[in-house]
Amino acid sequence: MGSVVKQRVLRTIILLVLGVYFILPLIAMAEFSTRGRNNTRSLESWTSIVDDEGLMEALVNSLLLSVTSAVLMLVLLVPTMAWIRLRLPQLQRLVEFLCLLPLAIPAIVLVVGMAPLYAWVNYFFGDSPLTLTFAYTILVLPFAYRAIDAGLAAIDLKTLAEAARSLGASWFTVLWKVVVPNIRVALIGASLLSVALVLGEFTIASLLNFDTLQVQVNLLGKRNAGVSIAVSLLSLLFAFVLLFALSYVGQRRRQTVVEE
Amino acid sequence: MTSVAPVATTPGGSTKNKGGAAGRPSAAAWLVAVPFLAFVGIFLVYPTVLVLAGSFQDSNGAFTLDNLSTLFKGVYFDAFVRSIELSALTAVIGAIFGALLTWAVAVGNPDGMLRRVVVAASGVLAQFGGVPLAFAFLATVGFEGLVTKYLRDNVGIDLFAGSAWLFELPGLTLVYTFFQIPLMVIVFLPALDGLRPQWREANASLGGTSWTYWRHVGGPILTPPFLGALLLLFANAFSAYATAAALVSQGSPIVPLQIRGFLTGEVVLGQENLGKALGLGMVIVVSIAMGVNVLLQRRVAKWVR
Repeated sequence: MGSVVKQRVLRTIILLVLGVYFILPLIAMAEFSTRGRNNTRSLESWTSIVDDEGLMEALVNSLLLSVTSAVLMLVLLVPTMAWIRLRLPQLQRLVEFLCLLPLAIPAIVLVVGMAPLYAWVNYFFGDSPLTLTFAYTILVLPFAYRAIDAGLAAIDLKTLAEAARSLGASWFTVLWKVVVPNIRVALIGASLLSVALVLGEFTIASLLNFDTLQVQVNLLGKRNAGVSIAVSLLSLLFAFVLLFALSYVGQRRRQTVVEE
Repeated sequence: MTSVAPVATTPGGSTKNKGGAAGRPSAAAWLVAVPFLAFVGIFLVYPTVLVLAGSFQDSNGAFTLDNLSTLFKGVYFDAFVRSIELSALTAVIGAIFGALLTWAVAVGNPDGMLRRVVVAASGVLAQFGGVPLAFAFLATVGFEGLVTKYLRDNVGIDLFAGSAWLFELPGLTLVYTFFQIPLMVIVFLPALDGLRPQWREANASLGGTSWTYWRHVGGPILTPPFLGALLLLFANAFSAYATAAALVSQGSPIVPLQIRGFLTGEVVLGQENLGKALGLGMVIVVSIAMGVNVLLQRRVAKWVR
């Protein structure tokens, strides 16, 4: 079977070449961030991450934002989407359109329209970076919508809801005790995606002048490239761990369902 | 993969329901959708309308087409051309190498470690890259980067002999492939997974070769999703801002960076709304790419059935 051997060789070449192409920058980041004076190695860049107060503050902002945005996204989307499937099919198209709209409007364009809006937001809610929650919830809509929609499509929502209703459950109970547990995998997926997205967001934060992780990393790079590169490497690895974990979340569900 | 969950009823509730769940919803039923619609109205529709409307207004708020006609002149037009070139070039590069990588991953074990790592890493680079990618590049081929130093000290090649290319269009092209190739993997993998092994076996049992399989089966099936992915990659590169902003701090070779100029205050009097017109221009280009994609997939859906 010559073609099998050929296929294996071709596959190895592709993986090797592209593997090097993508891993080289990571190695370079590790190398660059451990440079000391006079060709020595030093962990100074890495240890000064913790000492940099501005950076730590920005990191806390970003972590808080990733939580608040995921929560607001879930609170807004889950009841609405479940309700639309149950009672308001007329709104299906509109909601889908609105949720996918951010894909057609680049963040850099959205921020142009948001700048005047945020003058009002800051007037009402103060100028805390956490007000970015509103903008970020919009940014994560397309990804969250797809994840939750897939989750809802995979369960027999109508029958489940009717069964619960006929047993006397309120709509809130249906949502909280029936819908949410049944689509929890989709909800975890949507949340992890939005966390990753928020932690990596730069465009809106930087142009609305809020201090988030990526804004600080960019700023820091102008003074001390070593630290910025160390933080960049760290945040790439962290996002990788997050998405790698996500690949197991989907799988565990498959296994438990099979066992049942 | 078989779906183990109970088969879903038709979404959208077109089925007649004896419980009376469908039918004409009461006024109260509409209230549930209000928070979502209000939020999206304020934070998505309003800013969008602001940009679109602003493109047609002069600094006094009167209707004008001057902003839009300026887009076809001088630096702004050049920036659009450059942005489109950059996006098209990186979309093609990303689609080709991404498709090869996707194939290499798809023929392996679907639950294997390689696939997991590649998919997770692709997700990170495609959606999270931004600023960290710019720094990855400075560490690799920047003035003091690992590769730059190695070539300078050991091979005698000065990467920056010609110009500061890393901070101009060639550099952006190189950096953009680092999120375009991974995005292709994410978008294209489901299409490759959809190729059934039986087709390959049928081809082989009829005496077909690897070439005939790709020429008559795999190729035609994968062409529409490939073109769709190409358009998506184009839109993605065209919308990208963070990497370019972190890398290029002076000058505005591409449209997103020109919009930055308008937002950070380098505004000429009387041109306040030009930034919005640039935004409208971007939305139009992205919408064309996505619209063509939708038409393409709709056509395909027709003949696949």
